[in-house]
Amino acid sequence: MTGESAPDLKIPVPRGPVPVAPPPRPRNTVELTIDGRSVAVPEGATLLEAARQLGIDTPTLCYLENLTPVNVCRICVVEVENSRTLVPACSRKVEPGMVVKTDSERVRLSRRMVLELLASSVDVSTAPQFQDYMARYGATPERFGPPAPPAAAGERDAARPGHHHAPHGADAATVHQPVKVDNDLYVRDYSKCIVCYKCVEACGTDAQNTFAIAVAGRGFDARISTEFDVPLTDSACVYCGNCIGVCPTGALMFKSEHDMRQAGTWDETRQTATDTICAYCGVGCTLTVHVQDEKIVKVTSPLDHDVTHGHLCIKGRFGWEFVNQRE
Amino acid sequence: MDLHFTADEATAEERAAIEGCLAALSMHGNRRQYLLPVLHAIQGRIGWISRGALNHACRALEVPPAEAFGVADFYAMFQTRPQPPVAVHVCDDVGCRFKGGEALCAEMERALGPAGAGGAADRITWHRSPCLGLCERAPAALVISAGDPPRDQDLAPAAGEDLLRVAAGQAAPVADLALSVPQAGQAGLTLLRRVGQIDPTSLDAYRAAGGFLALRRAIEMGPDRVVREVIDAKLVGRGGAAFPTGQKWLGARSAPLPRYLICNADESEPGTFKDRVLMEHDPFSLIEAMTIAGFATGCERGYLYIRGEYPLATARLENAIRRCYERGYLGANVLGDGVRFDIELRRGAGAYICGEETALMNSLEGRRGEPRNKPPFPTQVGLFGQPTVINNVETMVNVLPILLAGGKAYAAIGTERSTGPKLFCVSGHVERPGVYEFPFGITLRELLAAAGGVTGRLQAILLGGAAGGFVTPEQLDIPLTFEGTRAAGASLGSAVVMPFDDTVDLRQVLRRIAQFFRDESCGQCVPCRVGTVRQEELLHRLATDQPFGSVEQELGLLKELGQAMRDASICGLGHTASSAIESALGRFPIFQDARQETR
Ligand SMILES: Cc1cc2nc3c(=O)[nH]c(=O)nc-3n(C[C@H](O)[C@H](O)[C@H](O)COP(=O)(O)O)c2cc1C
Ligand code: SF4
Ligand code: SF4
Ligand code: SF4
Ligand code: FES
Ligand code: FES
Repeated sequence: MTGESAPDLKIPVPRGPVPVAPPPRPRNTVELTIDGRSVAVPEGATLLEAARQLGIDTPTLCYLENLTPVNVCRICVVEVENSRTLVPACSRKVEPGMVVKTDSERVRLSRRMVLELLASSVDVSTAPQFQDYMARYGATPERFGPPAPPAAAGERDAARPGHHHAPHGADAATVHQPVKVDNDLYVRDYSKCIVCYKCVEACGTDAQNTFAIAVAGRGFDARISTEFDVPLTDSACVYCGNCIGVCPTGALMFKSEHDMRQAGTWDETRQTATDTICAYCGVGCTLTVHVQDEKIVKVTSPLDHDVTHGHLCIKGRFGWEFVNQRE
Repeated sequence: MDLHFTADEATAEERAAIEGCLAALSMHGNRRQYLLPVLHAIQGRIGWISRGALNHACRALEVPPAEAFGVADFYAMFQTRPQPPVAVHVCDDVGCRFKGGEALCAEMERALGPAGAGGAADRITWHRSPCLGLCERAPAALVISAGDPPRDQDLAPAAGEDLLRVAAGQAAPVADLALSVPQAGQAGLTLLRRVGQIDPTSLDAYRAAGGFLALRRAIEMGPDRVVREVIDAKLVGRGGAAFPTGQKWLGARSAPLPRYLICNADESEPGTFKDRVLMEHDPFSLIEAMTIAGFATGCERGYLYIRGEYPLATARLENAIRRCYERGYLGANVLGDGVRFDIELRRGAGAYICGEETALMNSLEGRRGEPRNKPPFPTQVGLFGQPTVINNVETMVNVLPILLAGGKAYAAIGTERSTGPKLFCVSGHVERPGVYEFPFGITLRELLAAAGGVTGRLQAILLGGAAGGFVTPEQLDIPLTFEGTRAAGASLGSAVVMPFDDTVDLRQVLRRIAQFFRDESCGQCVPCRVGTVRQEELLHRLATDQPFGSVEQELGLLKELGQAMRDASICGLGHTASSAIESALGRFPIFQDARQETR
């Protein structure tokens, strides 16, 4: 914006060069071979997209269509000819002539190990895809030993970078710890956190631009945290719930769902999901309202929606709390 | 950005530390990149970083507090809870623990209580530390005293009483150079030529000893010829990955502007201390070499990233940079020839992973030291998203003899594929540990003999550091070259040569290495974050004769873990976290006894 005085027009259309739509850039296609079959995909596509085009189902945990790939979980690794190590399919771009294997023994070993490492250290009981993946790769996390008992509240948050207690040999270290309940809308159960960075991305530049949470600590003590682990109510959080929407493990959960699970009343078979347009403002976000026993139990938004990309604000996400309360 | 803060306010002293630091910086580019310098200023003055201080820093640099906390909480040198102002860091890593390190820890425990004890009301605390890069003078310690100004002093070899005296405020004695560089003053040295021979704080002394001749020659030659000479010299990177330097520089020359130059002085591989010796005793040579590298690759800005635990090298480089600016060897018009080159010195803060080039770039940008996925490579997308050339200290310094002697003549030194003079870090059970310079190709046997021979009966030699591997007393004829060590199933890495005598329990060595990787993993990717934990647990079970199932089963699991870390991790740390352990298990009957017991 410049400081010039605006011309006196009825409809204040700023003057300027008439925008010209850029000519559609012909996207080159790239040919490659995956599991012995050849496939052509647009330049810039990822190996994950190319594999999907062939109907190959690649497991993913930290990848989500509406977030920048962080490629940290490594469950999606594939073997590329002439590459010393395996590569993450979710972020590696296709190159002409690539020869890729998605189900070799090397690939299966690494995927199995990633699942075992996670399942032996994290509570994956509410991570829907996890059980399928474990069966598919024959993961047996028990071979690392029985899980260590949960840490006391705040203990993992107090870890000192570069230092840890020596193992004693009897069990396998875990991230188990008490649930963080510090507000009425959602809970953070970091015993279930696989540190996939999705919530941090959703809270930051990828959607919300709030930056209430970030990764703190390092190594096995890396964790999602507010500054100095202050309660969410003291943090920058605006309760948009977008982090809940992207969490793949149920570590971030509506308090309603958490409480019902605790009480043993959560029952997805008795739930319906209905799409509706949020009435709070003029943006027109699609809400998927989950109802059990005639009560709203949570609100999500479809990932592929072109307005929200799955992201909402506090009103759409939690406004129903007040509806439920009024009843 | 609309930032939210808790109500916590900085104290007057914290504010003074932050504002003093900001005033002293000549800010360039975005503000976030100054997060580490500001955190250092708070830590250095107070001894820990409070909520109020972090809020104040975040306001000044426009960084969300949650992110800044995540950064502070990543680095071992930053404390986010109340601490005594004086912290004694005692090395208990593989080079020190069998040479008095454990006894020193025990003394500290007797005098100061358990490691890490003490709050803000106390005066002194102590911690165990990974390798401090002083291995030739084991056992090593570093005393960090907060205040205005803060005072960091290393002490090696360290005796308990002296260490406590330094912690109480006494000045540490100046170390005897002969203990670090036994060859100092000998004829025929190239890289160590000036070490101990001139005053390392004097630009004139450096000039009188041949300093800046290579820079003058470079400017006469022009950038293309300089790159040509480096290619002809077949210079290979000394940072551990053995990448051809000329190829890197040539690639950068065709990349878009602006480009950045980085000198990697993070030197944290256990057993490595060669870069420290160069920086402490010939700091101007690194400044000259970086200026040449910047000129040759078309970078007008260079960053020198030095590990946070190197107080003397940092002070010497700060001085050298200041003198060079004063005398026109740095700045807008280097040597009056219209060449622009600036150097910014930045301190790491206690994170081995920040030696990995892309983690280092994130750290320079004020972020957690998490490596980036490659490709893209730094020469395409590096620091601040721009093409970046990064080289190790020793690599840089080799450019000087290349330009003075000519690339072809340089290439005649050493072997066909490993050219030039090389610095070796010899520590552990040898008569005269230290940095040694020899042409590539000297054998392990010859090098150990030059260091006065092994003390006691040789059991094993760690080559290349924690990320390297072990060789046996039968392998002493390995030529110390990149290709020679590779052919022997080992790696030269950062040229660590650390023999262990037969009193050492190799199981303890392996457990310390496993502990190191668990502590230093950045935590980003699953194979390494959890794999390094499982590896340490498993070695602990084996070492204490409590395997799950049979020893064979455990060894099989260890192998699978190693393969997944090597195959599926993001960066070199995960890729090599099992290599030393696997090489030891492959070459020594370490768990044989345990195996019989369980049968
Ligand atoms: C975990 C890890 C730590 C590293 N630490 C260092 C280091 O301290 N110093 C260094 O020069 N290179 C280190 N490197 C290698 C760098 O990534 C990079 O290859 C090097 O700085 C390039 O310089 P060069 O070509 O001159 O060797 C490290 C690599 C890894 C994977
Ligand atoms: S609810 Fe929204 S603002 Fe709060 S942490 Fe989650 S994403 Fe960030
Ligand atoms: S809380 Fe959920 S979204 Fe966030 S890192 Fe953990 S698993 Fe991922
Ligand atoms: S391999 Fe280890 S150090 Fe490297 S990115 Fe993964 S977790 Fe971080
Ligand atoms: S899905 Fe690719 S690394 Fe996580
Ligand atoms: S300083 Fe102790 S091992 Fe290097």
